[in-house]
Amino acid sequence: MKLTGAQILFKVLKQENVDTIFGYPGGSVMDIYDELFRHEDIKHFLVRHEQGAIHAADGYARASGKIGVCLVTSGPGATNTVTGIANAYMDSIPIVVMTGQVPVSLIGNDAFQEVDITGITRPCTKHNFLVRDPENLARTIKEAFHIARAGRPGPVLIDLPKNVMQALVDDTTLSYPISFSDEETDPIEKDCAEALELIRKSRKPLIFCGGGVILGRAWKEFRTFAKKLNCPVTSSLMGLGAFPGTDPLWLGMLGMHGTYYANMAISNADLLIAVGVRFDDRVTSKVEAFAPHARIIHIDIDPVSIDKTIKADVSIISDCKPVLQLLNEWLSHDPVVTPQEHTKEWRAQIAEWKEKVPLSYCRGEKIKPQYVIETLYELTKGKAIITTEVGQNQMWTAQFYPFEAPNTFISSGGLGTMGFGFPAAIGAQVACPEKLVVDIAGDGSIQMNIQEMATAVQYKLPVKIVILNNGFLGMVRQWQELFYGKRYSQTDMSYAPDFVKLAEAYGATGLRCTKPNEVKATLQKGLDTPGTVVMDFRVEPEEGVFPMVKPGLSLSEMSLGKT
Amino acid sequence: MEIKENTISILVNNKPDVMARIAGTFSGRGFNIETIAVNVTKDPNISKIILTIFGNQDTITKIEKQLKRMLDVIQVDDLTGRDAIRREMILVRMKTTEEQRTQLTKTIDTYKWKIVSSSPDYCIVEITGHRDDIENALAILEPLGIDDFTRTGTVALARQNNNSRG
Ligand SMILES: Cc1cc2nc3c(=O)[nH]c(=O)nc-3n(C[C@H](O)[C@H](O)[C@H](O)COP(=O)(O)OP(=O)(O)OC[C@H]3O[C@@H](n4cnc5c(N)ncnc54)[C@H](O)[C@@H]3O)c2cc1C
Ligand SMILES: Cc1ncc(C[n+]2csc(CCOP(=O)(O)OP(=O)(O)O)c2C)c(N)n1
Repeated sequence: MKLTGAQILFKVLKQENVDTIFGYPGGSVMDIYDELFRHEDIKHFLVRHEQGAIHAADGYARASGKIGVCLVTSGPGATNTVTGIANAYMDSIPIVVMTGQVPVSLIGNDAFQEVDITGITRPCTKHNFLVRDPENLARTIKEAFHIARAGRPGPVLIDLPKNVMQALVDDTTLSYPISFSDEETDPIEKDCAEALELIRKSRKPLIFCGGGVILGRAWKEFRTFAKKLNCPVTSSLMGLGAFPGTDPLWLGMLGMHGTYYANMAISNADLLIAVGVRFDDRVTSKVEAFAPHARIIHIDIDPVSIDKTIKADVSIISDCKPVLQLLNEWLSHDPVVTPQEHTKEWRAQIAEWKEKVPLSYCRGEKIKPQYVIETLYELTKGKAIITTEVGQNQMWTAQFYPFEAPNTFISSGGLGTMGFGFPAAIGAQVACPEKLVVDIAGDGSIQMNIQEMATAVQYKLPVKIVILNNGFLGMVRQWQELFYGKRYSQTDMSYAPDFVKLAEAYGATGLRCTKPNEVKATLQKGLDTPGTVVMDFRVEPEEGVFPMVKPGLSLSEMSLGKT
Repeated sequence: MEIKENTISILVNNKPDVMARIAGTFSGRGFNIETIAVNVTKDPNISKIILTIFGNQDTITKIEKQLKRMLDVIQVDDLTGRDAIRREMILVRMKTTEEQRTQLTKTIDTYKWKIVSSSPDYCIVEITGHRDDIENALAILEPLGIDDFTRTGTVALARQNNNSRG
């Protein structure tokens, strides 16, 4: 039997268990969209801008642990996804992006809506393909899905020329055996034994977890590990949720806007057990002064992350799950590995730091953004999926909302993409229809993909948007305040739409809150109102995010702000 | 750390976009490829690329890890400091005149270089050797009137096969 390229595409998508696509049609994908018409079991979400589609696929992937799928047309459709692809690449999120392309015979001719999207995205995809030959179609799609999820995950792009979608191909190509051998992994026993030796000798151990624990779905093993060692835990922004934010061992996030006690702990620890982290410069600050007294154990699946910025004393190149399983097994046989007596002083010291400088802010006449987040936590009992935009809103969320569960904090870490949070919330809501999904936004970021309000309303997605409206590009303003003599060059955002009316115009509900004593009631009302809701909180315009480690300083040299 | 010249041998799938990917890995990190030589191997689906680049060991190791991570890269060998034969080839087009012809032929004979083409006004000399030999040869030929030349990248092969695919 012969099938068209478009039919083969859907056949393979179904083999890959794809039931959700975020996309936007156009000339070169019309054959795909025509075929989609016949597949009611695949739900397509029509966004309002392709950047919305790619971020939604990203949010969907993060919330569900599955691969996000995005479909756009050639030319401008494809280029509109580039920011989102780079975003997923930086945060290692598995996405398959299908872009339309002009017919093969026209490629290279400056044809209408032709761009070299594989060329453009080469440095920001894990891999990409241009399918020139219909015979290779099925195989390529399978490969793309495999690559997106294997090892360290990432986005994969498949460029699909129109004639390949129209071509008739023998269905037998589909049964072409495609098997992917699992990547060979080196044995981990020896390195794990060395790690255990360092743990045994340590008196001031600290565990530092990151996105890798969540990507590797190893949070259970990770929690067991920390508990067995009774060792304090800090995490990167990307690791939030891997360890319960209410656990006594939890120190909160470290780094530029990390907690005082996490940064003090890292600066004084004699052993750092780093699991699935890439020692980003927002984490290390001045590299030479990072964890200056610590031996370092680094567990990471990607050799590229090892010794990139911080040299490890013991490096274990592996998926962190089997490593943690093995260590846990050994620890159950050998409970005296770290006699609790040995680390008692260290834990007392950390308790003292926690006591001395807790996360805090001053109350005032105006609404404090931190207070909005704290109240949101109180009302949601930490059970919501929270996405963020980028800037102060993102940092305050990381600080003041203790995350309990993995994949409940969804944020653009590596690229810091304003406009990510709202479409990502849409994707997360699609993945988890029964969960409460809240986007914590700034008034600047929310305007970057506000058009997706129409998508949320159309598909009855009850996403709640909490705008911490400070009338500024707050994070940039904060830097101008601290480092550029308060010259607020182009960061005044006070000219903004009326977000309440805007929400209403889209068919959503809009609420406004201007007084601290109304915060709770507004949040409660917003959360209780069915459908898409925008809550516009007029917050203190010049509030800062603290602690803050100024660029170039070591983590122990924090500015604590006014307390 | 010491900056040195490094020779890296890479086996890749012989596909249209692979060179662009490899080149991007270097340029994206601000590296200049000094010389490059590419051709197919025994297996025509696989090409071997020999690259020379300047850098310290730390950055070279990082680049190698990046290369190894790429899907179309089959193997990466750092030949730097290994017992390997390294050669470049150069074709030099010399202007020939009555005055220097005898001296030119004599020089070429002395160094056992090869004339691969000659016409009344020009001849093309082929020279193979180590990078330094090529530099020397150019210095020797320069006063005799070099018209133009084309120089290959370094090719290199380890004396011993330390791994399965050579
Ligand atoms: C405005 C702003 C401010 C920021 N401030 C801070 C800050 O103060 N503190 C902070 O921490 N971050 C901050 N960030 C985020 C920061 O930029 C990085 O995104 C983050 O630190 C990276 O987290 P990570 O190291 O966990 O790595 P990720 O980007 O999550 O990478 C995951 C790592 O785990 C590895 N891995 C993947 N899968 C596995 C597996 N199965 N097993 C083992 N390893 C695996 C990968 O190879 C990689 O090395 C900020 C971002 C923004 C936008
Ligand atoms: C697409 C994009 N453009 C510019 C920036 C630089 N930037 C980082 S934070 C920020 C301000 C964000 O303002 P807002 O969304 O209002 O959030 P706030 O910091 O006030 O919470 C800007 C402009 C960015 N991260 N992303």
